[in-house]
Amino acid sequence: MAALNIKKGSTSHSAYDLRDTHSDVERSHTLAVIVENEPGVLARVIGLFSGRGYNIDSLTVAEIDHKGHRSRITIVTRGTEAVIEQIRAQLGRIVPVHEVHDLTTEASAVERELALFKVAATGEKRVESLRLADIFRANVVDSTLESFVFEITGTSEKIDAFAELMRPLGLVDVARTGVAALARGVGNL
Amino acid sequence: MSRQMTGAEMVVQALKDQGVDTIFGYPGGAVLPIYDAIFQQNDIKHILVRHEQAAVHMAEGYARSTGKPGCVLVTSGPGATNAVTGLTDALMDSIPLVVFSGQVPTFMIGTDGFQEADTIGITRACTKHNWLVKDPAKLSETIHQAFHVATSGRPGPVLVDLPKDVQFASAEYTGPKTARTEHYQPKVKGDLDAITKLVELMEKAERPIFYTGGGVINSGTGASQLLREVVDATGFPITSTLMGLGAYPASGKNWLGMLGMHGLYEANLAMHDCDLMINLGARFDDRITGRVADFSPHSIKAHVDIDASSINKIIQVDLPILGDIGHVLEDLLKVWKARGRKTNKEGLGKWWQKIDEWKKVRCLSYTNSDTIIKPQYALQRLEELTKGRDRYITTEVGQHQMWAAQFLGFDAPNRWMTSGGLGTMGYGFPASIGVQIAHPESLVINIAGEASWLMNMQEMGTCTQFRTPVKQFILNNERLGMVRQWQDLLHGGRYSQSWSESLPDFVKLAEAFGWKGIVVSDPKELDDAIMEMIEYDGPVLFDCLVEKHENCFPMIPSGKPHNDMLLSADAEAFRGGAALV
Repeated sequence: MAALNIKKGSTSHSAYDLRDTHSDVERSHTLAVIVENEPGVLARVIGLFSGRGYNIDSLTVAEIDHKGHRSRITIVTRGTEAVIEQIRAQLGRIVPVHEVHDLTTEASAVERELALFKVAATGEKRVESLRLADIFRANVVDSTLESFVFEITGTSEKIDAFAELMRPLGLVDVARTGVAALARGVGNL
Repeated sequence: MSRQMTGAEMVVQALKDQGVDTIFGYPGGAVLPIYDAIFQQNDIKHILVRHEQAAVHMAEGYARSTGKPGCVLVTSGPGATNAVTGLTDALMDSIPLVVFSGQVPTFMIGTDGFQEADTIGITRACTKHNWLVKDPAKLSETIHQAFHVATSGRPGPVLVDLPKDVQFASAEYTGPKTARTEHYQPKVKGDLDAITKLVELMEKAERPIFYTGGGVINSGTGASQLLREVVDATGFPITSTLMGLGAYPASGKNWLGMLGMHGLYEANLAMHDCDLMINLGARFDDRITGRVADFSPHSIKAHVDIDASSINKIIQVDLPILGDIGHVLEDLLKVWKARGRKTNKEGLGKWWQKIDEWKKVRCLSYTNSDTIIKPQYALQRLEELTKGRDRYITTEVGQHQMWAAQFLGFDAPNRWMTSGGLGTMGYGFPASIGVQIAHPESLVINIAGEASWLMNMQEMGTCTQFRTPVKQFILNNERLGMVRQWQDLLHGGRYSQSWSESLPDFVKLAEAFGWKGIVVSDPKELDDAIMEMIEYDGPVLFDCLVEKHENCFPMIPSGKPHNDMLLSADAEAFRGGAALV
């Protein structure tokens, strides 16, 4: 076994690799968790993350099949591959969890977020906010003489960028839904 | 099979249909309808405890010694919160339990009613799953699902919270067969390609070792049988965690003894130096691995477990096999036999020579005395005088527990009940009662320390009431022995709060509850005293006054690797002289 040149004091490098070694790099993963729509199921999922010290960057949940009692929880989390594998396994053993998919590794996925921005401004700033909203394809869903509420959908990065631009123009309030994601293509994972 | 009945009647009917014969519990306002239903039948025996924590530990003892799920009934609020320690204990050690708790009526939930607690919220983190039943029509199915979840896959405790109005309401009862369980069906068959890969590794390995855990016991007696066949046919050495003792017999020729923090020298060094580690239903607990970075650095590791989250949690393994131990061992044996029953005989021969050298250290040796009873000696005598009998052992938590694991031999599974994962002081006494209820004719002994034992001593009344002749074998050193040992070794001998002050006179205490009390302090009288305990037809409180300053060795200090072990002075001297490491 010495010939395999094992890094001393490390079990992340195994003596004999029948499997891929895990990368030590932390990255963001989007997990789709299909659960039984029953009371407390979200608390179980969130409790798992807090109880075992995992991060939640974004979380969305809604019923997707009323007849079948199914809800879909989309979680954006961060960790090394080993941590993500643990999170998937831990989620998988929650009794009302039916499926766990890692949309970052299993498939190419589309991710979208919806946000509402309230911008209070008059004069040139008001006009500029409207112009930028047009560029970002945001819609005006409420308007007074001194304010707009914009509705925008897109990736989290696009919404972050829009927020940065609105801030100096009089941004007073933001509401974001968190990420919803689906795998591309014909399959349903 | 369906008929109208009240929720309370459904609970009792569902228990009967699930084959339950015993339930441990304590009544209260929110479970009175169920107690009324229990009163009107004779199929299910109710064991009235003195504290709800003990009810859960009794159910654990019952479950571990029978392989059947243990059942508990407690009231709302304090009844449920008192059960939390037992639930957590059962979750850590994968013990199947079904706990029923009363709850305030549905219309009062959330109003901070009398004896209301958010039982579902509180027990969410300490059960495998839990249910609040608000609709009487769903009650019977939920109970059947609860039994299914508790006993399938990796077993564990579940809780069903029952509001009082649901217990009174009438609905249609449905039997176990119609209950929907298809959404929870853990995989039991292992992947055949992976099993074949493991066989290939076993054929070539020079220094293999089986590292087995509680998963083998939970998989059923068939799994233990298959394990014996595999180990004896291959001639590989085998060690086990605290939870797995008895799966392979202690009298078996390939047995190395327990591994881990207080495991045997030869077992730990074999784990450290092996080239193929086959983990069967153990979970690389920190008390096993020591410092993770230095854990068995030169081995290929295979891990068979029914719980995917146990694999690669602490130690990255090379060959994960998801499945039930019994099923996997069956396939493993088939493949190994079909390929010609090969092992690396030459390598194995050398490996056993090395292990035999380590055994010569005699790591369990201690300095005996003819004036004072050494705890190790007390356990050696107990082992000598009880082995071969129809015997069940439970323990509390601490030094005595580790000595019991070192000095007692278990030749069958389900004979050893101890709090492994959670380390719950106060576990052993109630657990011994649960075991005795399940096995009324057997000899049930709880090995205890005086401090642990006091934590659930209120159950003496339960023993007297139900005539359970349990033997409480207390190694009384008037210390919290393990705490004292750590203070001795790691905190400069500052014994902060680790002595047992104001202990009762155990003989008088025994007599107060109608038990027999025995006190012994002279090694010469020990054998007679133990025989007196065994032969007495009733519960015995055995106060064995032992050496107060004995430390438990071998010991791998927390965070050290397996080959950095503290041995007792005797063993250390031998090791120094022979330079075996």
